[in-house]
Amino acid sequence: MEKAVNNSVLSPEDLKIVHHCIADYQGMPGALLPLLHAIQDNIGYVPELVFPLISKALSLSVAEVHGVVTFYHHFRTQKPGRHILQICRAESCQAMGSDAIEAYIKKKLDLDFHETTPDGEITLEPIYCLGNCACSPSVMIDEEVFGRVDSQKIDQLIASLKGAA
Amino acid sequence: MSAKIFIPIDSTALSLGANEVAEAISKEAITRKIDIQIVRNSSRGLFWLETLVEVETPKGRIGFGPVNVKDVKSLFEADFIKGGSHSLALGLVKDIDWLKKQERLTFARMGINEPTNIDQYIEHDGFQGLKNALNLKSEAIVATVTDSGLRGRGGAAFPTGIKWKTVLDTKASQKYIVCNADEGDSGTYSDRMIMEGDPYVLIEGMIIAGLAVGASQGYIYLRSEYPHALKTLNEAIQIATKAGYLGNDILKSGKIFHLEVRRAAGAYICGEETSLLESLEGKRGLVRFKPPLPAIEGLFGKPTVVNNVISLATIPIILSKGAKYYQDFGMGRSRGTLPIQLAGNLKRTGLIEKAFGVTLRELLYDFGGGSLSGKPIKAVQVGGPLGAYLPESQFDTPLDYEKFSEIWAVLGHGGIVAFDDTVNMAKMARYAFEFCAVESCGKCTPCRIGSTRGAEVIDHIMKGQDVNKHVALIRDLSDTMLNGSLCALGGMTPYPVLSALNHFPKDFGVDAKESKA
Repeated sequence: MEKAVNNSVLSPEDLKIVHHCIADYQGMPGALLPLLHAIQDNIGYVPELVFPLISKALSLSVAEVHGVVTFYHHFRTQKPGRHILQICRAESCQAMGSDAIEAYIKKKLDLDFHETTPDGEITLEPIYCLGNCACSPSVMIDEEVFGRVDSQKIDQLIASLKGAA
Repeated sequence: MSAKIFIPIDSTALSLGANEVAEAISKEAITRKIDIQIVRNSSRGLFWLETLVEVETPKGRIGFGPVNVKDVKSLFEADFIKGGSHSLALGLVKDIDWLKKQERLTFARMGINEPTNIDQYIEHDGFQGLKNALNLKSEAIVATVTDSGLRGRGGAAFPTGIKWKTVLDTKASQKYIVCNADEGDSGTYSDRMIMEGDPYVLIEGMIIAGLAVGASQGYIYLRSEYPHALKTLNEAIQIATKAGYLGNDILKSGKIFHLEVRRAAGAYICGEETSLLESLEGKRGLVRFKPPLPAIEGLFGKPTVVNNVISLATIPIILSKGAKYYQDFGMGRSRGTLPIQLAGNLKRTGLIEKAFGVTLRELLYDFGGGSLSGKPIKAVQVGGPLGAYLPESQFDTPLDYEKFSEIWAVLGHGGIVAFDDTVNMAKMARYAFEFCAVESCGKCTPCRIGSTRGAEVIDHIMKGQDVNKHVALIRDLSDTMLNGSLCALGGMTPYPVLSALNHFPKDFGVDAKESKA
């Protein structure tokens, strides 16, 4: 099955936001991470197209910006789906059956990690610990954590995402 | 007067539906025309009881839990607001055995207050430590911390006072306090609880650290997986600044301390202090060679205190009650208390702050109530993904840094993850290598290459191919990683791997005799 891939150019609105972010963070000591966060928070990803803009503003090489963006798991250079579903893969969740949950979600959505559903609705990501280990297994949808999930709860959560579209 | 109902806002409580419970209670009260006031407090850390709803009565706060939305109607029918009897009733919360048996020092206010209510913080002894510190010379603050015996609670257990002394003694125009809030160990959530539930205690600890070493700027390096903590900390910093605890003139003392939260970006390695500093400077989180120590050349090349959230959040009580008060808890060279986090397959999970010396068995069975699945507990991993797996025969080990090192294990950040007998320990050993490969910064070869090779070799073992030969290879590789890695990621991955192999050889298809070779 074909997965959704988005290589679109940056919209003028998004580009404007990026310029605003750069102006906001340019003078800060150690500005690169806060700036990348600001861009991703606002437009959902850090497209490679903006690396030259960042490098110029912070007096870094494009290679340095590329190196930082790709070092950190949190940053993505592709536009994600409208919702991001992260499955915790760490030990506590494994002790409570997260392997089965992971397999269930992958099958249900017909997705592997780092892929997006063809309707652009959900991007699937692994995550290593949400700090919710007292109530494993856990998943995170956008910025909300759900504990003690089972297949039934997953069905409900995914249905609510699709319903909200 | 309206009845006060407490419903936690901690993210674990939220993950079990605390917001929905709050909404249902509010709606039901309106329908029944009952005047109530809902307070969103921090969590007590009795997570198996979440959502734990408490009501204020003349006798004290009475608890009900775990409450789900479907229980709300029956709670009202039982007149729970007046402490009426109900199958979920727990009696006075402070008398719950699980809580009563703890020694809560760092977590003294947990579950009681509204997280960002500064007046409540002050009412409950907040900023007493800071007030004492403002009357002391830097040297005396450092000496108090040294005398308390506090050791770094992030996992390395380095004496906090000695670290501070080094920074104090290093002359520089600018120094920094950096809080390591990149709590990435599976099975741990004590940092998160402090930041979401009692943010001022961390802020107070950082201000005191600043006074102690002469630093005017602090950073909290917070993992990106904790959005609620980010919001709470930023709000608390704003309120504390307005109230004169932060800024250019702390409580009109003329002392300066500014504080800022910086978000990490999902790299486990950035919990390593030098990698964290690189990240704060806006770079890839590559581990630095030591020396120089961060205490001498740290953030932006300046002397820097890097301490974990719990270490810093413990400073206020030490400064308010004195070094001796804190020192009197604990055993051997492990002084004070440790916030222990029960996780994984246990009936009663949550935060247990206890003096050092409690045994694993007490924690797993008396507190934890055994496995949630009802099957025997086969192994527990203590101290995060780089901690050793311990078998039942080691459950009588007391929690003490030195006692754990005697059995080739670590306490780390105090996380305990229990596994029942369905776990395959060869698979967990493989996961340890896999995790190391995902998270390696790539700077040193033993970690970068060794982790990937280790996972491949375990694949052969799990398929039963030349098992003894491959086990020998794993031991050899582990030796290289242990002794040749630049930092604890590569250097400690052999802990889970070899402990799994030594204690559970059958899972690898080898008999005990051969594996001990």
